[in-house]
Amino acid sequence: MRLLEYQAKELFKEYGIRTPDSISSKDIEKGRKDATELGYPFVIKAQVPVGGRGKAGGIQKCSNDDEFELKYQQILDMSIKGEKTRAILLEKMADIEKELYLSLFLNRSQRCFTIIASSDGGVEIESVKNQTIREVGMGEVNSQIAEEVAKEIGLNGNAVSEFVDMLQRLSKLTIEKEAELAEINPLAILKDGSLIALDGKVMTDDNSNFRHDELQKYLERTELEERAEKSGFSLVELDGNIAVIGNGAGLVMSTFDMLADNGGKPACFLDVGGGATEESVYESLTLISEMDRVKAILVNLYGGIVKTTIVASAFIKAYDDKLIDIPVYARLMGAESQKSKEMLKDTKTKMFDSVEQAINGVVMEITKNG
Amino acid sequence: MVDIFELLKGQKDQNGDYQKQPVIVQGITGKFGSVHTKLMLEYGTNIAAGVTPGKGGQKFENVPIYENMKDAVDATNAKISIMFVPAKFFLGAAKEALEAGIKLLVAIPEHVPVRDTMEAIQMAEQKNAIMIGPNTPGIIIPGLIKIGIMPASPFMPGKIAVLSKSGTLLYEISNNLTISGFGQIFTLGIGGDPINGTRMIDAFDMIKDNPELEGMVIVGEIGGEAEETLAKHIVDIGFKKPIVGYIAGRKAPKEKRMGHAGAIVMGNYGSAESKIAMFAKANIPVAKRPGEIAILLSGKM
Repeated sequence: MRLLEYQAKELFKEYGIRTPDSISSKDIEKGRKDATELGYPFVIKAQVPVGGRGKAGGIQKCSNDDEFELKYQQILDMSIKGEKTRAILLEKMADIEKELYLSLFLNRSQRCFTIIASSDGGVEIESVKNQTIREVGMGEVNSQIAEEVAKEIGLNGNAVSEFVDMLQRLSKLTIEKEAELAEINPLAILKDGSLIALDGKVMTDDNSNFRHDELQKYLERTELEERAEKSGFSLVELDGNIAVIGNGAGLVMSTFDMLADNGGKPACFLDVGGGATEESVYESLTLISEMDRVKAILVNLYGGIVKTTIVASAFIKAYDDKLIDIPVYARLMGAESQKSKEMLKDTKTKMFDSVEQAINGVVMEITKNG
Repeated sequence: MVDIFELLKGQKDQNGDYQKQPVIVQGITGKFGSVHTKLMLEYGTNIAAGVTPGKGGQKFENVPIYENMKDAVDATNAKISIMFVPAKFFLGAAKEALEAGIKLLVAIPEHVPVRDTMEAIQMAEQKNAIMIGPNTPGIIIPGLIKIGIMPASPFMPGKIAVLSKSGTLLYEISNNLTISGFGQIFTLGIGGDPINGTRMIDAFDMIKDNPELEGMVIVGEIGGEAEETLAKHIVDIGFKKPIVGYIAGRKAPKEKRMGHAGAIVMGNYGSAESKIAMFAKANIPVAKRPGEIAILLSGKM
């Protein structure tokens, strides 16, 4: 789960990591009350699950009611890199002396947690040259390591013990919430020498959701995504017009890449999972039938063990039930593919021997219909 | 480290044939476990025992079922097990297997929490055992042994190794190799999770010194840095046999999990560009389509 800033900050507060005073809202009525409670001036921050919102105008200062009325709605209606604003955070400004960077993340190749810290914060960490990187195993970060990191990024005096305390709290959060990433960027040193988390990003392990009831309130899914999950599918929605379905994440990604290489615009990524059945393929078509933007469907199934005829039956049933009436371009690899071809010959499903041919077909179809 | 080939192949008998190594199936009577036990038996894998609590003493396809791993290992002396259990029970099943003396654990379950995987890996290291997966299709030495859920049809005995994060792409690409005349010596599914019992670099090291190996195909995907780490290793050790790569997810949006728990790009971390650039440094051409792999490999050989 990728938590929004205000959600990450709720966790920070729970773990005693200091953040500026702030209140979150999802509509302007609540926002107005929050503004009165918080008092001007403050910043209005778009809550989006993607980086780069500052540059896109998703963070703006606000010092009076007139500005508030203008900017709140504007930011709430904004889309940043294709992501709609989910909520608004009103937050008091801090008296900043210096901005630092701090994160703990799951290092996949070393298979342990790793601290990244830097004296240059407030920008994307990849663009920062002077990083301190420490691998720390799977347990909580001890104070000795935390202190070494603090000194390596040039902290001294009171800031060292504040940093040690903050890093240890962040480490506790990371372990207890099963996070893959917990990032404070920027981590500000204020004029009075104290430390405060100005922004926060937390990503938790989706596979551990079942033992984190307390995080369920942060789970944001569209109705379609929820239904997809129930069926054991992976669904990522995009704004194109060709739905991509297949079995196995790698195969669907590969199909998606080839479609995009050929000028097609994917409307979704839908992985029906390991064992495709007539029911699961039918259910995937049901989900797609509810996406109005979809003008054609591209199917790439590698049915090594699954018989392709059961997939063909699902298409025929979907047409019979008038679930879909848009063209389907399919490559069904595996057992009985000739028979499937035969079954589908009078339908709007066109069968191809290779995925490349299916992609050419679907892109030409979409282009032809403008 | 355990020699995986010795473990999988066993000793040659008087006729020069490899003895079939016994394999235990954890969760043998479950929905997937039962289907794939039959398919593995058909392939010729020596499934010597199964484990399903509550069904000890029964048989499935003539394979005796035991209550727990200890009994199954005691009865068969097996060193290999394949696990079909729901993700929630993965850690318990892994511990039971490792404690019973299993040296190669093939973990099929998807959706295992990272923390549980990490714990299983630590235990495997202590016990000097190898875990493949979780979320792996398994491992196959074509013509000899299949411990996994892959279909048999894409594979043919030969001299090319295929290592893949994705299951279906492993089948797709092996099929492409097979129809082009490139059989496989060894194919292994790393798995699509962020943390893998056998990392890409570990799988590479398992096969790299095999004298019969003639070439390799590395099937990566977005997320993490396994491909970069492997490419650097290949440069460092000066490995010279032909390698061809493929990276899925070039066009995937950032910060979205694309089906696999591990398939996510954060900033530049895990991006296809980064992986393709490192492959280029290691002189590994990257196919744009799975269908191009065999042609690229021919060009390198």
